[in-house]
Amino acid sequence: MRLPTRVLMADLTARRFTVEDRADLFQYYIGGAGVAISLLKEYCPVGADSLGPDNPIVFAVGPLVGLYPLASKTVAMFKSPLTGNLGESHAGGRSAVAIRSAGYGAIVIRGASESPVYLSIDDKGVQFRDASGIWGIASSVTTGRIIRELETGAGTRTIMRIGGAGERLVRYASVITETYRHFGRLGLGAVFGSKKLKAVTVSGNHGIEVSDRKLYRETYDDIYRRAVESPVMKKYHDIGTASNIMPLNLQKGLPTMNLKTTTSPDAERISGERLAENYLGRRVACAHCPVACIHIAALREPYEKEPYFYKTTMIPYDYELIYALGSMLGIFDEKAMLHLIDDVEIWGLDAMSTGVVLSWATEAQEKGLISQNETLGLNFRWGDEPTYAKAVEHIVKQPNEFYAALARGVDHASKRYGGEDYALAFGGNEMPGYHTGPVSHVGYLTGSRHSHLDAAGYSIDQAALKDKLPDPKAAAAKLLKEEAWRQILSSLVVCFFARGIYDKDTVAKSLETAGHKVAPEALDEKGMEILREKNRFKEREGFKASELRIPGRVFETASPLGKIDEKYLRESVEEFYRLLYA
Amino acid sequence: MTRLTVVDADRCVGCQLCMFACSRRFGEGGLAKSAIRVRSAGGFERGFVVVACRACPDPPCMKVCPVDALEPRRGGGVVLKAGKCIGCHRCAEACPVHAVFWDDEANKPDICVHCGYCVGYCPHEVLAMREAEQL
Repeated sequence: MRLPTRVLMADLTARRFTVEDRADLFQYYIGGAGVAISLLKEYCPVGADSLGPDNPIVFAVGPLVGLYPLASKTVAMFKSPLTGNLGESHAGGRSAVAIRSAGYGAIVIRGASESPVYLSIDDKGVQFRDASGIWGIASSVTTGRIIRELETGAGTRTIMRIGGAGERLVRYASVITETYRHFGRLGLGAVFGSKKLKAVTVSGNHGIEVSDRKLYRETYDDIYRRAVESPVMKKYHDIGTASNIMPLNLQKGLPTMNLKTTTSPDAERISGERLAENYLGRRVACAHCPVACIHIAALREPYEKEPYFYKTTMIPYDYELIYALGSMLGIFDEKAMLHLIDDVEIWGLDAMSTGVVLSWATEAQEKGLISQNETLGLNFRWGDEPTYAKAVEHIVKQPNEFYAALARGVDHASKRYGGEDYALAFGGNEMPGYHTGPVSHVGYLTGSRHSHLDAAGYSIDQAALKDKLPDPKAAAAKLLKEEAWRQILSSLVVCFFARGIYDKDTVAKSLETAGHKVAPEALDEKGMEILREKNRFKEREGFKASELRIPGRVFETASPLGKIDEKYLRESVEEFYRLLYA
Repeated sequence: MTRLTVVDADRCVGCQLCMFACSRRFGEGGLAKSAIRVRSAGGFERGFVVVACRACPDPPCMKVCPVDALEPRRGGGVVLKAGKCIGCHRCAEACPVHAVFWDDEANKPDICVHCGYCVGYCPHEVLAMREAEQL
């Protein structure tokens, strides 16, 4: 039986590595998020500069990775250059299986390189490879193509890399893996860039022993069968997450034009159904996932002035991208939207943050807070994709103070230029695409990542369309319970789309075959403790729940549950933190 | 006699469940013992290549084995006599479709036995067990 307990420690400054067995951490914290927060606390000094050599990058996988389907996620933790506290982002692709197959449970990257470097990691350790020849390549796609040819392990490796946004330290730059998966949120790409780290590849070929072969196969078949028969999984396979556009638009919960409104008669044009019908070119899966939720549009277009000369671009789309770079910017021309998604992917920016930053800038220009002096002659107008594409390039290159401010996020930009009431960020992280009611916003405020994924507050709102909305205290309790449980899932590390399949008993049983014995009842407290650890790190780095800013726009624009009451949010947030430490 | 057949690689989403299934035959996780491989056709945007043994009637891998560790399988392909294998890699080098994989831990080739276990875990009808077609 071999739990993934080895931690690879790579030092970019000294160009050395060591491997340590940290069974102590994995025994209690399981893996993934639990182990990552422990390693982050251990290796990130208090008050570290998020873009300095002291900020460690932690990647952690868990005991179910490589053993069971839908358990192929890697958790990255770091100090976020966007929020100044906890940076946590999850990605799938082949990253998790590659890390475990290379024989590691976690990888910690410390220090900073003087010259551009990329890391080639396998079971023998780390090769520090010169990246000066690929530094400055703006496209994350091209970077991947080049490294693919330089390294072995086709089919089972991961190539995590940054584009121009990471190199230029945009605070919400992402790290892209396997072309279409991202450590998207909270700025891991900028942390890579600050270390002159262009990419990390990992590959390996280790098998994984189990404690009981028969029980392993039985448990596997049970999980597999439930996965392929589940209606949720069918939804994510058929239309994908973009299937949420139409219902949210109908409920009037789809943030549109910087949340001035929540619905548009044109939303059908950017809906999952329409994209699937007219553009879907390929569906792709993370390793060990039968669902294949990754939807890729094939956009075939002629070159201007070149008859019969076409190019076909493969562009991934998901609900959040369509929200942020479609409805939020008033872009309802699906081709224009796909172009903007493609640009943001290539530069390696977080799509959600980029969309929210640009939608704030559009409104700020409408209201005269900024002029063409700041925008370098650009005139932001809802739906004007070519202008937004130029702005995206400016955000990466930061030719003036204004774009440098945009590159630091909407919180920062609005503090400098005004318009904070409609600067849609929570805890410093730009808003996700759900204005479904009060609980979604309580979730953004209290979630340890300020993300819709922390506790899925939107689902509580949506249930309240038919039933009664819980009172603020009950809502807080529900959110806390869900977020604590998600710490377990993200310590295994199971995809949240499979949360219906990995119930408590399934988790305990599958963990047992992996060599990790834990009573199902003990999981709740463990999840809560991991969540507390994450919040303790945030507070250590200056986060104060009492100082959370709530943009006024949230209260002005009605949700499907009507206007949102500030008192409800404040009371619920307070209760959440009281319960967390109770 | 049927053999493992890639019926439609365009339906492949790259989930690699077939690869995991193959290793699971031995009661283990991971991919070390997998005798089938799915890789991208030069990046995920270009789709996938499924590399699997063709069950050759006259297998090149067998012909180069210096210790006769590979014996002909009824219906095509080979069977590994692991006790004889010296781990020289020649079979892997001889396979023109690169369908002989390597178990680094055991230092032996991973050879497809055309059992069809992987087919049962392909959710997208890429793989099937079929009679070999004669041209």
